[in-house]
Amino acid sequence: MEREIIIKAENVVKKFGDRVVLNGISLDVYKGETFVIMGGSGCGKSTFLRHLIGALKPDSGKVALLGKDLSALNEDELDAVKRKIGMSFQSSALFDSMTVGENVALPLKEHARLDRSVIDIVVKMKLELVGLRGFEDLMPSQLSGGMRKRIGLARAIAMDPEIVFYDEPTAGLDPIVSGVIDKLILDLSKKLAITSVVVTHDMKSVFSIADRIAMLYEGRVLEVGTPDEIRKSSNQMVRQFVSGSPDGPIKFFQQKDDYLEQLMK
Amino acid sequence: MNFIERIGASLIGTGRQAKSVLALFFDTIYWLVAGPFKNKFAKPDSIFSQMVFTGAGSFLIAAFVSFFTGIVIAMQSAYQLSRFGANIYVAPMVAVGLARELAPVLTALVVAGRVGAAIAAELGTMKVTEQIEALETMALNPIRFLVVPRFLALLIMLPCLTVMADLIGIFGGFLVGVFNLRLDPYRYITFSFKFMQWKDVWTGLIKSVVFAITISMVGCYTGLKTKGGAEGVGKATTLSVVTSFILIILFDCILTGLFYFTQK
Repeated sequence: MEREIIIKAENVVKKFGDRVVLNGISLDVYKGETFVIMGGSGCGKSTFLRHLIGALKPDSGKVALLGKDLSALNEDELDAVKRKIGMSFQSSALFDSMTVGENVALPLKEHARLDRSVIDIVVKMKLELVGLRGFEDLMPSQLSGGMRKRIGLARAIAMDPEIVFYDEPTAGLDPIVSGVIDKLILDLSKKLAITSVVVTHDMKSVFSIADRIAMLYEGRVLEVGTPDEIRKSSNQMVRQFVSGSPDGPIKFFQQKDDYLEQLMK
Repeated sequence: MNFIERIGASLIGTGRQAKSVLALFFDTIYWLVAGPFKNKFAKPDSIFSQMVFTGAGSFLIAAFVSFFTGIVIAMQSAYQLSRFGANIYVAPMVAVGLARELAPVLTALVVAGRVGAAIAAELGTMKVTEQIEALETMALNPIRFLVVPRFLALLIMLPCLTVMADLIGIFGGFLVGVFNLRLDPYRYITFSFKFMQWKDVWTGLIKSVVFAITISMVGCYTGLKTKGGAEGVGKATTLSVVTSFILIILFDCILTGLFYFTQK
């Protein structure tokens, strides 16, 4: 059976000044799957994510979300697409000046014509999903990092989006909270049939949540496959990344040759 | 880069920044005018809370500054005028000087230091902690959501503060006139308002409107352009205050010249 493609990136190129950050990325994400984009720091995965949510425009190539080419849309049409997606940010990006409840309620208040009491109920339901019901009246600054991440997640799913994007959902969290977040991502995909796109370099979480994985390196897609395919990959770079080995084709020290020269100068 | 190239580069840079600030200004006006028709106007409660912060919050410090400025001008002008036995002219000197020049400028400087800095710091922090991006992903325009309330609050409250600063400054001068120069209180008041014309008041208010636009746009622009964590927020805040100060003084000179040369 042909699966429905919900996100389609075609040959996306992005340059910041002279530096090529994305060097022609093409990817398809199918409806309902959990798609993980992994890669080392600075490989362009966060930049690529920003293209998928329409925050950045590619220099060439195109990104289509829910069948719509993002760069061809006007502002109102882009807003309409954005209402169908949610994003969980690396730093959770909760609004400091609002309570937890107001944070989760904000997209509902702005976009859905719902009664105040209905919004309150929806907020409670979303907080229950992330296991933080009863925290409505606290300020974000009173919460721990893991709790903030979960509230950010509740806000991302407030509008019942079709796609949720996660930027490093487990970065900087302890293993147990990371496990909780991973389980949440899986639960949300299963319970709400949401398509998830996760950007991470946390190998443990990659293999516990992914349906398919794309490995990025220097602005290119090295390999796309299921967790098993990635584990058994013949690509040396992928193998090195998965095992976390300092030795291999991906060099940590870039210019070994002129090191001596620089020291002696 | 040689000296001339450097001047050229910095001029081009300044020009670009000015263009971006103007673009922000036009976007703000767009959301202000078109927002209500699209049912996407700024939230009334966020406008209200900004007005309270900008207006009520700045009142005491603005009053303090203008009260003592009124006293100082009264004493300084009395020092000159008493030689001619023209002490009573202290009254219009204080009133006109405050209304035309000192109340709008000093209030704007106080507000730039207090409110402009707060805007830059708050928006800057929101920017570096991805909150601005979060708004955009929720299809909420940051200009409509953050800039318009701050712009409106300043546009309304700075002229109000200026009028109050006028009155409080005049009261400061009045105290010197009555208790130190032994002028008749009734005569002091009538003299103040006899020489002060409507034009003095409204030119002062036009200035304060221009200053309000300057402070809000500079604060919002530097805030939204913030890069690089806590250090970036600090830099943005400083840049906002310094730029606002320079522009306030510059626009004050231009406007004063305009009013001076266009009087019949």
